[in-house]
Amino acid sequence: MKRAELISRILIVVGILLAVGAPLFFWARTPLIHARMAEDGGWNPDVIQAEVGKPLHLKFTSDDVVHGFAVGQMDMQSVDILPGKVTDITLNFDEPGIYTFFCTRWCGLNHWRMRGTIEVSGSSSDPEPATVPLYVSLKLDLDAPHDAPVVPNGKPLAISGQSLETNLPIDQSAEYYRSHSPYEVFESLQNTPLTDGQRWNAVAYFWQSNTTSESLANGRQLYAQNCAACHGENGAGNGVFADDLVQAGEASMQSMSGAMNMMMQAPVDFTDPRRMLGASPALLQGKILRGGMGTGMPMWGSIFTEQQIWDLTAYIYSFQFEYEK
Amino acid sequence: MAKIELTRIPFIKNALKSRYPQLAVFIVMLIGYIFAILAGLIGTPVGSHNFSIVFVWIAWWAILILVAVPFFGRGWCAVCPIPLPGEWLQHGAVLSPPDKRPKWLNLRVPKMFRNIWLQNISYLLLALFSSVLLTTPNITGIVLAAMLFAAIGLSTVFERRAFCRYLCPVGGFIGLYSQTAPIELRIKDKQVCVTCEGKPCYNGSSAGYGCPWDVFPGGLTKNTYCGLCMECIRTCPHDNIAVNLRPFSADLAKPSTRMDEAFKAFIMLGSAIVYAGVLLGPWGMFKDAAYNVGSSAWFIYAIVFLAIIFVVLPGLFTLGILNTKNTLPLKQRFASLSTALIPLGLMFWVAFSLSFVLTNASYILAALSDPLGLGWNLFGTANAAWLPMLTSILAPAQTLALVVGLVWSARTAQKSANEAGTSSMPVVIYCFVATSLMLWLLL
Repeated sequence: MKRAELISRILIVVGILLAVGAPLFFWARTPLIHARMAEDGGWNPDVIQAEVGKPLHLKFTSDDVVHGFAVGQMDMQSVDILPGKVTDITLNFDEPGIYTFFCTRWCGLNHWRMRGTIEVSGSSSDPEPATVPLYVSLKLDLDAPHDAPVVPNGKPLAISGQSLETNLPIDQSAEYYRSHSPYEVFESLQNTPLTDGQRWNAVAYFWQSNTTSESLANGRQLYAQNCAACHGENGAGNGVFADDLVQAGEASMQSMSGAMNMMMQAPVDFTDPRRMLGASPALLQGKILRGGMGTGMPMWGSIFTEQQIWDLTAYIYSFQFEYEK
Repeated sequence: MAKIELTRIPFIKNALKSRYPQLAVFIVMLIGYIFAILAGLIGTPVGSHNFSIVFVWIAWWAILILVAVPFFGRGWCAVCPIPLPGEWLQHGAVLSPPDKRPKWLNLRVPKMFRNIWLQNISYLLLALFSSVLLTTPNITGIVLAAMLFAAIGLSTVFERRAFCRYLCPVGGFIGLYSQTAPIELRIKDKQVCVTCEGKPCYNGSSAGYGCPWDVFPGGLTKNTYCGLCMECIRTCPHDNIAVNLRPFSADLAKPSTRMDEAFKAFIMLGSAIVYAGVLLGPWGMFKDAAYNVGSSAWFIYAIVFLAIIFVVLPGLFTLGILNTKNTLPLKQRFASLSTALIPLGLMFWVAFSLSFVLTNASYILAALSDPLGLGWNLFGTANAAWLPMLTSILAPAQTLALVVGLVWSARTAQKSANEAGTSSMPVVIYCFVATSLMLWLLL
């Protein structure tokens, strides 16, 4: 064989090996976490291992649309994951446990299902005893009907209730507020000389006095980021995904036996006084924390802190009551 | 304009005669091609950031349709890496003179397949799936790999470059449109070929291989099937092969009478029109149908696509030329007069391609720096923003391309009508209506 032929063959073989080997080598050395819409698989991998005290370096990429990344119950800004781009994120964990990470962009109808877990091993420096959520200690049945039999004619005004409430027999404790629905408090004012409208205004003021503007602002932000896609910006259950959710619900119900209510898939309307005035903050806490079984309402317990859930419930009541600006 | 023989220039002649420059280009192209396959298979599934999509369907396509085909004819075929591994296996060498023993089966392609119908079919197969193929990296990777393996397989069974000549989905239209290019490979003196013993340009010799494209250079009158591989320049013992610069569309003065080539012209014209409407038009319904491969809407799209290409366009053309006074049989007249659609179709494709190439060219910068979507930034351009280029000149450039195409096709129609002894008017009207439709779809 001539020398030129030999050198050419060597060049070709080396070139082909490089063209195949180099991409495979670098690809294998770059473990990426792929984000896809939930219907196409969600996060891959969706379980990540980490250790307490060791920084966790992660590389994310999106295979379809813009997604976002955040870890539940952690004080962190969500980070956007762009299609075809790689986003580096470093996380530090102080406590062992199973953390939930989730998509923070409304990427598709099943956006809410786009979740994964980070299993953090190691020893705890400050073990905190687990607390039982209020709705559990109150033994509330989250799925029982809770409609208020009586509702006000208009939106109760907290400012009008302020002057009335001072001499009223309302337990001012936070526990009382959280464990009673507006309707129950309204009922407790039955033996006062107030008219129905005044009683509702007093309830509105009571609700306002049990929250702070900071809590409401925080709740508003959480609501806009996480709830408005389905429940609508104005709480009317008409978010951008609402119609599709109803359709998806109807489609899935048609394939199931039994007589489940198709409307279960429609997001709850927070502007409906019958439904909302019959619900206590603890009941709402339970619904947010656990999620609505089989309704498409996800469980938020692993994502929101307890305070964030109370902030959200406080904000949700603002669709019923006119608070002072 | 007279022809200018480029091979008179010693530098060009030596560069073409030597195997080394070509081999160097081949190796680079092959590495790039294999890298594109790998990128398609393991890189990001986001098409706009994957090397395979960006470099094949934006960069390569732009070079092919805007530069290579109009100016160099089959210039792309001269450097295409797809047939190389098969050919090297077939030859048992990459550089050395041919071994006398055939390495593999070395069969002749059956006569029924020695036309471009298989290329028409392979092109249409890709065309019907193009919306998915052009946007999905792993499908692009699979198709690129399939073409490479098909070429290798055919090289081991058949003689010469059977894949390029009879199956390559792009080779068919490159050949058709290469007739318009101002470059040709031809013999210098016919008499030399007539008296040449052994015809080494076709049969091979110790200096090189017989024409890989199964063409006898002595009989070349059109660019259509000459792959510009330059092998005959190396094998001709009489230095009788020349590469010439010539006027545009010189080959179209001799209209073809082959139906496979005539239909190729309709296929290309029709698919440019359909793509302009479906991919660039404002009708979301059509776009959805084209993208949802396998759905009933897609089947309707496929049927309509094929009907436009095989029934509507040729049907209207036939109706137009039906009453032209002529002694030629209709079939022959149809094939001959459809020559006018060659420059028209080419310029339709130029106009169509301008829009998506200029719109998406900025992806090339990002894909160059991060070809696999692994977060690299090799040249500092990984985060280059998507920015449509030259938007202000797009519409004028497209209009110009279409008008040039219309004038060019009208002149071609006149020539082929004269050749066939008939009126060119129906064909000119046909071209005018098609151009108006394309103009409306694009602007």
